[in-house]
Order: sequence, then structure tokens, then C-alpha cells
Amino acid sequence: MYVAVKGGEKAIENAHTWLAEERRGATDVAELSLAQIREQLSLAVNRVMAEGSLFDPNLAALAIKQARGDLIEAIFLVRAYRTTLPRFGYSNPVETSEMACDRRISATFKDAPGGQVLGPTFDYTHRLLDFKLAADGEAPKAPEGTARQEPTPHITEFLKGEDIIQDEPASDDTPGDLTREPMEFPSNRPLRLQSLTRGDEGFVLGMAYSTQRGYARNHAFVGELRIGKVAVEMEIPELGFAIDIGEVELTECETVNQFTGSKTEPPQFTRGYGLVFGQSERKSIAMALVDRALRWEELGEDNLGAPAQDEEFVLSHADNIQATGFLEHIKLPHYVDFQSELELVRKLRREAEERITPKEAAE
Amino acid sequence: MAAQTQFSGGFQNAPVQAAHAFRAAMTVMARPGEIRTLMGTEPPAPLSMAAGTLLLTLCDPETKVYLAGDADTDAVCKWLTFHTGAPIVSAGNADFAVGTWGALGPLNAYRIGTPEYPDRSATLIVECDQLEQSGAILSGPGIKDTARLSLPDVPALQYNAMLYPLGCDFFFTCGDKIAALPRSTQIRTEG
Amino acid sequence: MTNQTEIATQARKEWMGLLARAPDDALMTLWDGIQDRPSFEWLRSPEVGGVMVRGRTGATGAPFNLGEMTVTRCSVVLQDGTVGHGYVQGRSKPKAEVAALIDAMMQTPAADDLQARLLDPLQQQMQAAKATRAAKAAATKVEFFTLVRGED
Repeated sequence: MYVAVKGGEKAIENAHTWLAEERRGATDVAELSLAQIREQLSLAVNRVMAEGSLFDPNLAALAIKQARGDLIEAIFLVRAYRTTLPRFGYSNPVETSEMACDRRISATFKDAPGGQVLGPTFDYTHRLLDFKLAADGEAPKAPEGTARQEPTPHITEFLKGEDIIQDEPASDDTPGDLTREPMEFPSNRPLRLQSLTRGDEGFVLGMAYSTQRGYARNHAFVGELRIGKVAVEMEIPELGFAIDIGEVELTECETVNQFTGSKTEPPQFTRGYGLVFGQSERKSIAMALVDRALRWEELGEDNLGAPAQDEEFVLSHADNIQATGFLEHIKLPHYVDFQSELELVRKLRREAEERITPKEAAE
Repeated sequence: MAAQTQFSGGFQNAPVQAAHAFRAAMTVMARPGEIRTLMGTEPPAPLSMAAGTLLLTLCDPETKVYLAGDADTDAVCKWLTFHTGAPIVSAGNADFAVGTWGALGPLNAYRIGTPEYPDRSATLIVECDQLEQSGAILSGPGIKDTARLSLPDVPALQYNAMLYPLGCDFFFTCGDKIAALPRSTQIRTEG
Repeated sequence: MTNQTEIATQARKEWMGLLARAPDDALMTLWDGIQDRPSFEWLRSPEVGGVMVRGRTGATGAPFNLGEMTVTRCSVVLQDGTVGHGYVQGRSKPKAEVAALIDAMMQTPAADDLQARLLDPLQQQMQAAKATRAAKAAATKVEFFTLVRGED
């Protein structure tokens, strides 16, 4: 139960002022600029954009600065800002096959047409702290090769010819939007993907890991992982045609999953899909694994009772802003609630004591 | 003065003007029978200034609009689409409908909401030849004692009120004047 | 006639898309070099909003909502009645205004000059930045060799 409390204005104001001072830290250390955060903490910026569900690197950098680096707090700020924006419309679906790839790898096909392009990856680093960075941040200049001119086709396209991988037939159905209509269960795949792409990275990672450890195992390979920029196109009613309204960086992961067949489907490879704002590799792989696990019903698989197969469990708990809002509210004043609990426990104790006392007297 | 185009006549300062317009629209809906002025846009004919301003205040790409009868012109469509992005739809799918009472009717064409979501209903913007505080007697939420308003069709609106909590809500517009009738208002004729 | 319209539409799509994607400072610097700016009135003054970006399940399947991006838009009308629309990524109202003005001017006799002095250099700058990234990516292209398990 919520009750109004009065007072505390001065204390709250002072707490906020101190918060602002603490955010700045020691004033003999140079202040961070938004450009510094955007350019040098870009993966934090990417996470805030993905889970804040708003692609705007400058805003995400501001949120990180204001939140003192608490990314969930920063995501909260971006989500709150997002609600103030008028919705101009919906883009046409992005064409990830046209992506200008910074990175593109496949764990399944070593000779993938278009090649394996590592990009600026942490993979193959030794995870040793580089103490040189503590002294100076000078970076070497990356070498350049001969760039591909043509777009890089999706790897799953090559499996399609053999009819050995489940198809993803195109449609123009209007997807549901959980920022407009509250989630209802059972849901559907487009809504699940929207929920997962803005879901908490740690939660989605944990769920994906559970499928690898045997809870609804579906034996995923990373068929393809690509990171790069794609143009965003939207129909403009007053023009009568579509134009590019910008460009976003995306990470896309397609898993290829072993599938021995079910009551309804022949043996083939099935697919899981992850698509996330920014360079968010771990998140997109995790998203693809959880997507695949949640597809058990449509593929005619058995429900093994695994958490990652339970749509209601996964989608209801993936959002870190909902979670943190409900979790953290219990620290706010609940004096009246607690007072009534206290009265109840005292009464129960009194009654219990009264039940025991006559017996003792009789003995 | 620049040339007039099919897109002219929108808000010049949308945040401020739309906020004033919204306040007026909310006030008349909260106080049935009250008449306010609503200005800020110059819509194409035959839309009144009040109806045009109301549409630009309330509509966006997610509100579906039905243009009834003479209101369904190419100029109105283009103007509304440019300024709001609202999709133009049939009566049965509309969130908002605009036109004269004769063109809008009958009322059973419109959505009245569901018991779980009574808000999933249509709001009708009725263009009137006259709008004054006379005629039908109104009572109910937002009205101290009674109020009077010139209504186009008392029996149909009484039936709508009987559907409460379902039903449609109404704005009445005439030139730069606006009044409203929510489904919660009780309507009587003389007596 | 239809062909002409299609060509005109295609050209307009290209410059509007270029302006939408252009980095703010690159566009504004080039715009500073344009002296002959027409006077105009607002049809829709600049407003910041969001566009919901969509993807497709499995890259080719049914659409789903991925998340929003910020977009700023506005529309202008020149003295002669030419209408220009600006839709640009981000939250810069000056950039949207410049994009709308350029869109209008590109439909007037000023088009060739503006193309040469602003749009072409902007296109080249953006293309060069893109090519550099592609070249760096190309330098990280690998060939993995799998070791044969000695069956023969």
C-alpha cells in the first residue's frame, strides 16, 4: 500500500546537491565530455542505446555521465526521455544483407563467401591488463586492406538451396509494439524479439547459458555474426515515397541449430535470431539462443519445463527497468504497511502465548 | 508572405499552441455544456478552425481518422497527413471521426470500446451550423446542477449515454467554437 | 513523363538520404560556404521525435520492432511556393532546417550550383570515411585452415 508522506524536502534537496557534487568527483581531475564518453566508452554507450531502446549515441553518453556510470540508471534516463518523443512513424525493416560490415564471422562455414572478417574484436586477446593505457592512451593506426565493393550475403542464404534449413518466409504483417500495448501471453515471435533486444544483457545471457548447460538444450552454432551500419528507410506520407532517415549500427547473430525433427517438422537445421543496436555481440548471441529456445511450440518440440522455454517467465523478467523499479521501491517509505504487519505479528504472538499459558497452568 | 501550399495553415508554434488547444479540449470535455474558442490553425475547407485545430492537437500516426461526407477531400487528407501522420480509415476502425451530424451517422458504425478497455472507442467531432448554450438539459459528472447545449440529435445521444461505460464521446465544433459531450452525461429535453 | 518523374524522385531520395545521414558538423561547415540563401516560411517548424526502427525475424522473415532512433524534421516554403522537407537523424534543429532548405533549393535553378558546392563534397567526405572503415575491416579478413584428421 502506498501512503503519502510529508516533509523531507530540505533533506532531499541537499541529497541531490551532494549527488551532483559526487558525480563530478574531485575537481582537480578534468571533467569528462560527452564526446569522450561517446568515443572512448562506446560499448557502454551501445548497451544504454540497446536497452534504453533508443539509438542516439550523444543522449546515451549524457545519460551515462548523469548516472555516474550506473548503466541501468542511464538506461532508465533514456527510457524516460524516449517517452517524451512524438512518434513520427515506423521504418521499413532494415536490410541487414546490405550492411557495411566492420565484422563478419561464421563458426560453421570457414569458406563463407565474403570471407571471415574479424573487425575490432576482443577475441584472441590475452585478457592481460595493458598497463601502458594507464600512462597514455595513444593508439596505433589500424592497417588497411583492399575493401570489398559488393554487399556481403547472409550465410543462411547458401543453405537454403539444399532445403536443409528452416525457411524464414517474408511477410508484411504489422508487428505488435510493446511500447504501445502491454504484453499479453501467449505472445508471438516479433514481440518476443522486441522484448529480448531491449532486455537486460545479464538476464538474457544467463538464460542463454542455461540452454547451453542442458535446460532445453538446442545445440546452437553461430552461423553468422555481423556488426556494421545499415541505412534506415521510412515512407514519408507527404512525399509519397521512402527516404533514408539515418543510419544505425547493429549487431546481428544467426544461430544454426541441430534439429532431429519433430511431429510436425522434418530433420533440418533451425534458426535463432539476435539483432541489437550498436556493437553488442554477447547480447545478440544470447538473444538468438533464447529466441530459439522459445520457439519450441512452433517447431513441435516437447516442453521440457526449462526456464528458457517459458515465454511468460523470460519476457516478464527480461526488462531491467521494470525489475529495478519494483525491486528498489521496497526501500522507499512503507511505514504504514510495516506498522500493520507489526500489529499482526504482535497479535499472533499474544494469541499463541494465551494458548500455551492455560495448559502450563493445568500441569 | 510566402505562397500558400497544400500544407499551409498548421500551428506556427506547435508546442505552445497545441498545449493551449489541449487545455481547451480537456476543459470542455470535463465540463459538458461549456463553450470555448479553439484557434491556431487554418484548415482547408470544409473543416472549421476549431475542428482542424482539434485534429492537429489530438492526432498522430497512431490515431486513425475517418473523414465523413464532405470532409473527405483530397486537400483535407493531405493536410491532415502532413501535420499529424494520422492514417485515414473507415468509420468502424476510427479513433476520431469528423464531419457533419448527417454525414457521420448512424452511430452504430463506430467502435464503443470493450468492457475491459472502454477507451477503445471513437471520438466524434461533429461540425455544427450553430453552437450555443440552449436546448437539451445536461447533468452528470463535471456539471453543477444542469447545463444546456444545442445538440444535433437528442435520442441518438441519449442512447449512447445508456451504453455507459461503453459508447462514443463527442466534440461539437462551429467556426472557432468548441463544446463536448462525454458518454457519462445524462441528457433530458424540456421538463 | 513518368520516366522524368521517376528520375526526379530518385534524385530527391538520394539528396534527402544523404542529408539525413550526414554528420552535423560536415553539413554545417559546407552550408556556411553557401551565400545565396532564399528567405522562407515554416510550414512545420523543427520538431524532435522518434522513429521505431524495424528488423525482420531471421533477417528475411516477419517484421518486428527493434527500438527507436531520434529524428528531427521540419518543412519550409520558399517565396515562389517551392516546398522543402528536412528529415535528419539526431536532435539538431539547425541541421533539419538546413536539410529542408537544401531540399527546396534543389528543386529550383540553384540546384546545379548547390550540387557542386555542397552535395558532391559532402557525398565524397562520407564515402571516404566509409571506405576507410571498409579497408580496415578488409585488413582483418582471415583464412582459417582446418587440420585434416589423417584419414588417408
